[in-house]
Amino acid sequence: MDTRTVQALIRFGLGRRGGEAAPGNPDAWLARQLDGPDPALAVPGSSFADGLIALREDRKEREALKLTGVPPGAPGAESAPHRVRDMIRADGKALADHVLATDMPFRERLVWFWANHFTVSVRRPECAALVMPFLREAIRPNVNARFVGMLFAVMRHPAMLTYLDNAQSIGPNSPVGLKTHRGLNENLARESLELHTVSPAAGYTQADVTEYAKLLTGWSFAPNYNPPQFLFRLNAHEPGPKTVMGHTFPAGAEGGIAILTWLGTHPATYRNIATKLVRHFVADSPPHADVARIEAVLRATGGDLKAASLELTRLPDAWTPMAKLRSPWDYVVAVARALDLPPDKRPEPAGIMAKLGQPPFNAPLPNGWPDTASEWSAPETLLRRIDWAYDVTGHAGDVDAAALAETTLGPLARPDMLKEITRAGSRRDALTLLLTSPEFQRR
Amino acid sequence: MTLALTRRSALLGLGAAFTLGRASLALAAAATDKRFVVVLLRGALDGMSAVVPYGDRDLGTWRSEIVPPQPGQPNGLLDLGGFYGLHPALAGLHQMFQADELLPVHAVAGPYRSRSHFEAQDYMESGADHRMTSGWLNRAVNYIPAPGNRSDVAIAVGSTLPLVLRGPVAVGTWMPKTFGAPQPDLYARIAMLSEHDPVLGPAIADGLRERGFASATLGGDKDLGNGAFAALCEAAGKMLAANDGPRIAALEIGGWDTHAAQPQRLAPPLQQLDAGMVALKGALGDSWRKTAVLVMTEFGRTVRANGTRGTDHGTGTVAFVLGGAISGGKVRANWPGLAQNNLFENRDLQPTTDLRSVVKGLLAQHLGLDRRALAGVFPDSAGAAPLPGLASVRA
Repeated sequence: MDTRTVQALIRFGLGRRGGEAAPGNPDAWLARQLDGPDPALAVPGSSFADGLIALREDRKEREALKLTGVPPGAPGAESAPHRVRDMIRADGKALADHVLATDMPFRERLVWFWANHFTVSVRRPECAALVMPFLREAIRPNVNARFVGMLFAVMRHPAMLTYLDNAQSIGPNSPVGLKTHRGLNENLARESLELHTVSPAAGYTQADVTEYAKLLTGWSFAPNYNPPQFLFRLNAHEPGPKTVMGHTFPAGAEGGIAILTWLGTHPATYRNIATKLVRHFVADSPPHADVARIEAVLRATGGDLKAASLELTRLPDAWTPMAKLRSPWDYVVAVARALDLPPDKRPEPAGIMAKLGQPPFNAPLPNGWPDTASEWSAPETLLRRIDWAYDVTGHAGDVDAAALAETTLGPLARPDMLKEITRAGSRRDALTLLLTSPEFQRR
Repeated sequence: MTLALTRRSALLGLGAAFTLGRASLALAAAATDKRFVVVLLRGALDGMSAVVPYGDRDLGTWRSEIVPPQPGQPNGLLDLGGFYGLHPALAGLHQMFQADELLPVHAVAGPYRSRSHFEAQDYMESGADHRMTSGWLNRAVNYIPAPGNRSDVAIAVGSTLPLVLRGPVAVGTWMPKTFGAPQPDLYARIAMLSEHDPVLGPAIADGLRERGFASATLGGDKDLGNGAFAALCEAAGKMLAANDGPRIAALEIGGWDTHAAQPQRLAPPLQQLDAGMVALKGALGDSWRKTAVLVMTEFGRTVRANGTRGTDHGTGTVAFVLGGAISGGKVRANWPGLAQNNLFENRDLQPTTDLRSVVKGLLAQHLGLDRRALAGVFPDSAGAAPLPGLASVRA
């Protein structure tokens, strides 16, 4: 296996899975993954409507249980409602199965990159039943389409409307605002400008944030409809035109549509996402020339993410070995794929990622998980990786470390590491040495 | 996905990664017998809900629906001398106030006026109006006058290192262990194979050294109780109390970004903060009298409650200075008032004290930094003179 093939597997992919065949032509293999629909969408999974119904039904049942006066779990009592919990478990298992087995790992990396760009988090408990539907409905269909399309899907999705509070934001001069004296919540507007689109480099002001928040009033959803759905609440929408960054947008749903179209195709947005893509796939400090190339593709194609992703694979810098440190998510997935354990011996990835500092769908703040080595290399965090690697290799049976070093790292494996592997006192120690080596911790 | 955590790991602070999700701890050695603890409240604490200026007649105009009841009422404010009241979730801090160990400083803000969490946190921790590669606390450690033997070795302890404590002085992080561990010999070979890696090599070597110290001091894993943040505070207190322990600690706790339903969402993190400070004091024992703690956040929140019983990103807020070495029992503030024309940009509490003045006052009075050192720790801060009278004469 040559270096470029290994690099394709680990820089752009999720690490080679057990005995899977290595791609013959790495460039063609990467390009092919950008075509067609996401294979994960062929597997059944919950929609946001399912999530909202489960939430609603659990709530109803909890109220009814309260009326009986017998607390759930008491002898003879009904068990606590568990539709949401069951849904999350089933979706989580299907998702983990997909990530560990997919033969389109570059596509999957892009999905998680964009999910992190548009972070929604179970830190808001109301989002728990919505985050995996968000991945399916807002992110997956759009990673090889136009950025502005993904932006629309995100801004209409109940997960984002809940996570950043827009569902409850009300125009103070709207009929609802005048009657209830409730008003704006500018959380989504601010993060949309700062994190999702133009970034502070565009030089917007507090007044722009407030005006944008007014434009987004009414962007909400109806949890009690059958099925639950996105809803523009005209009677909560702030009347009148609004001016953001010098551009005036009309009242009504069309104002929101117009500003999202504008922001989603703005040059500053292209610069922002080009920088983040290069940081993720190339280097912690994104080289200016590489950012400029991705940005140019986005501008030339109206924000085509397929073209931008393809261009990433053509950057010579992206093929410099071991430039990035794997995040805990990346590391756990790579180890689990490498060992390719049978389902009954496989670690439960979410629990481990939590212990390593990156529980899935649980970023602390709307800017998502960090993407640089300095954020993931605190001493104790790295020791925990080692401890976990030692733990998981205890279940690996008779996997041969030297053979695994060849299939997962090929020419990147250093001679001193290979030598230590052959001298190790047990298969388990040998595997631990492989999986904790810098070659394996990096990508 | 379900994230099953054992009860033990949840109590030990790993639960931090999930249930509280927001707490971490880092410590550094320093050439002093004084203890200095910085607590970062990430997400912007609404200072006017933590220390409520209930005596300001304009308060009700803006936020009657989110203000706790007056002192003396059920679940009412804890009075701080007739004008301000502590949030009822801060009973432990109130006791410290009554013992003259708590000094809230109100209407403070750093020099930045960004309402971005991320920029503001970076600037607050850098101690500048731009992001630097080191934090003010790390630089301060470097300037502590060293009377005797100076140990530059960072000894301990959190899971990520906050920017405030990054820099030239080596600092470790600590979190309770959760997995079974390899034998020392296998660790040694892993460390050796990582030596050539500029990131992994030093980090793994430091990690192994720190674990040795932490387990010797804490006597292995035990049930620290009281939630993740309090558990970390207790661990910090024990390590800071040790004769050969670190002298500087930085802790962080999130949950403050209360855009909606603020009365319900703010009480839990305030309770955690309160329990944490009580646990810190308890674990420090006799060393509490040598201790100063600074609790700070990146900015405050809007004076007006927003449309969803929450508050949006604002400017002026409160900082807490506490400890056995602090001259407390009063609220320090040049109160700007809440009348419409006194608000900053017609929405925020007008800041009247520079947050850097609070920090500089503590560094000077508690850790003995001179004027030149303060200028090195906080570049371009000549306009922010050290706030006098923070440290107690008892110390």
